[in-house]
Amino acid sequence: MIDIVGNRKWFFLISICLLVPGIISMLAFGFKLGIDFSSGTVMTLRFSQQVEQGVLRQQMAQLGYDDATIQKTSEGDFLVRTRDINSDEKVALIDGLEKGLNTDVTIRDLETVSPVVASEVARNAAIAVLVASIFMILYIAFAFRHMPSPFKWGFSAVIALLHDVLIVMGIFSILGWLIGYQVDSMFIVAMLTIVGFAINNTCVVYDRIRENVRKGISRDFAVTVNSSILETIARCVNTSLVVILTGLALFLFGGVTIQQFIMALLVGVLVGIYDSIFVAGPLLVLWDRGLKTESKAA
Amino acid sequence: MKTSDTLLLLFIAVLVGFSIWAIVPLEGDRFGRQGLTLGLDLKGGAYLVYEADLSKKDPSQTVDQVMTSVLNKIERRANAFGVKEPIIQRQGENRILVQLPGEKNVDEAKKLIGQVALLEFKETTTDISGQPQTDDKGEYIWTIATGVGSDGQTKELTGKYLKPNSRVELKSNTNEPEVAFEWNDEGAILFEQITKRNINKPLGIFLDGQLISYPTVRAVIKSAGIIEGMDMKEAQNLAIQLNSGSLDVPLTVILEQTVDATLGADSIKKSVVAGAIGIILVILFMILYYRMAGVVAALALIIYGIILTAIFKLVPVTLTMAGIAAGVVSIGMAVDANILIFERMKEELRAGRTMGAAVDAGFNRAWLAIRDSNVTTFIACIVLFWFGDTFGAFMVKGFALTLFIGVALSMFTAITVSRLLLSLTARAVKNTWLYGVKA
Repeated sequence: MIDIVGNRKWFFLISICLLVPGIISMLAFGFKLGIDFSSGTVMTLRFSQQVEQGVLRQQMAQLGYDDATIQKTSEGDFLVRTRDINSDEKVALIDGLEKGLNTDVTIRDLETVSPVVASEVARNAAIAVLVASIFMILYIAFAFRHMPSPFKWGFSAVIALLHDVLIVMGIFSILGWLIGYQVDSMFIVAMLTIVGFAINNTCVVYDRIRENVRKGISRDFAVTVNSSILETIARCVNTSLVVILTGLALFLFGGVTIQQFIMALLVGVLVGIYDSIFVAGPLLVLWDRGLKTESKAA
Repeated sequence: MKTSDTLLLLFIAVLVGFSIWAIVPLEGDRFGRQGLTLGLDLKGGAYLVYEADLSKKDPSQTVDQVMTSVLNKIERRANAFGVKEPIIQRQGENRILVQLPGEKNVDEAKKLIGQVALLEFKETTTDISGQPQTDDKGEYIWTIATGVGSDGQTKELTGKYLKPNSRVELKSNTNEPEVAFEWNDEGAILFEQITKRNINKPLGIFLDGQLISYPTVRAVIKSAGIIEGMDMKEAQNLAIQLNSGSLDVPLTVILEQTVDATLGADSIKKSVVAGAIGIILVILFMILYYRMAGVVAALALIIYGIILTAIFKLVPVTLTMAGIAAGVVSIGMAVDANILIFERMKEELRAGRTMGAAVDAGFNRAWLAIRDSNVTTFIACIVLFWFGDTFGAFMVKGFALTLFIGVALSMFTAITVSRLLLSLTARAVKNTWLYGVKA
């Protein structure tokens, strides 16, 4: 039998290796915030003639947008982000680009968020995350109410969740300065969905542990947990695999509009698999052992 | 076959039959719904949030009165501009959400809708000899034109005394556009006094403080007039604005999302391709891994997809890119229920139970896990839907709603379709290898 619980310190070590670079990146660089959190205008521009990114940057600078960020999309369009501009400024900008680069410009999509809205969105997103977290913790407490010590189970589940969330946030912080991935309200949506998924997986594992404890398959809690994990492994991996298959199809063929969102989901689901197999269960054992040593000491 | 199974089979057959009828053809009319309702990101259009400057409101009016009036005027303008099915809603105290689905001329529509469009008439100040005064640059010095109304009060002449029947006409000799307007009774009284004292002098016509034209008054005019000095589009917009009335307070755009229709069409094509590839991959995986049970899951998945599409069309649920992503995630959830049942079933078979008993036990035990595990997703969806409007992105609400419907439906198909199909197959095919268990 594969001993996951026995080797838990190695798996915790892997978790720490995944966590630390992300946390350092978050502390040092923070996130690249989307315009819905930090205000600004983002446009996807399509040019009738091929335009070099450097030339476009130069032209933007000449028009007074020297702090604009410019990215080329996989479809050959340009994603241009500036401070928030109004209709007249936009018309002047497009006009200036058309004349300066001698090409037709179409705005494929445009999003403008003013600073007033941005600060509200950031605040509301924080409230939403808080509210969702409270309800999910209440739910976890409810789900494990029949356990001998519901607090232990609930708390372990929450730590496992925080582990997932922190890893995904860390990866997005790193992707932010590597390839310009942004944290925006859709990222928050992805995170809440991931949390839903992860709780889902953790519930299935814990549910099995609870069942096996009742059946009394072993006196040793660690052994019970280990065989419960092994019994549910196929289910956890397969379910997540299905989401990964469809998500990957969307990521590769679904266009750029929701690529970052899908990326957040995919990373989250992958981390979720790891968490439900190697972290959530072993955490319970760690907690259990800790309590026992404590009670012995007392 | 048990009676309950027969009834269930009948129910599912009717439900699937009804769903197919509802969605084939997709564009066909069913209960007044034609095709799927697409969001702005898929069909193109604009999503605008305006903020009203309530500090500029008439103190005698309440905030609600002002906002209702502004909303009505915007609605009239959008309709007159020719936007199909505009959505205009008040958000919070001083915000107005305007959605213009499918609109191509977003810039123009935005200007038309959000402009205060206060029409004012101003007369020149005159020197001692009665001639119009000019400033250093040789421009007239304007002052608001007033007259004494029917109630003896002095009133400023503005667009609010116009009848709502202004229209664009072409000047007979030059074919230039002009807006013809008519005064109501009160306006006529004021206009008569003003034109009388300004004969042979210019009369300035201002829109939101900008001088549009200053024709010279040739005769005393009572009831009607024209405004010139604009191109065709400006004239058309002005006519619409004069007829809807000027907005009670100035508006500024604080949030805008505009999507070009071609990008929307691209997105639809791409997500259809991606969705199809995703579903094929999932079906392949399920059949390879779970064999016979995988076939059952694939069938259940197809039925799930048919019912989901019918719900999307009939409710109707507005589909966005995020909604499609939610649909894809919900496929995972739908298959998850099947996987939970199958894994349980395999264990029961390994434990040496008969096919029928394994299906029943597998289902009964898995059901608790299916139910519990979806609760958290529901919580996330409800919170997201609740906060969706304040998130600034219309994507959020669409994602939450679609995921909620998808997960709820997946639970439903798990307890009906999967269970029934599995127990029917279990009766027909007894080879345990086909269910992924060594005989």
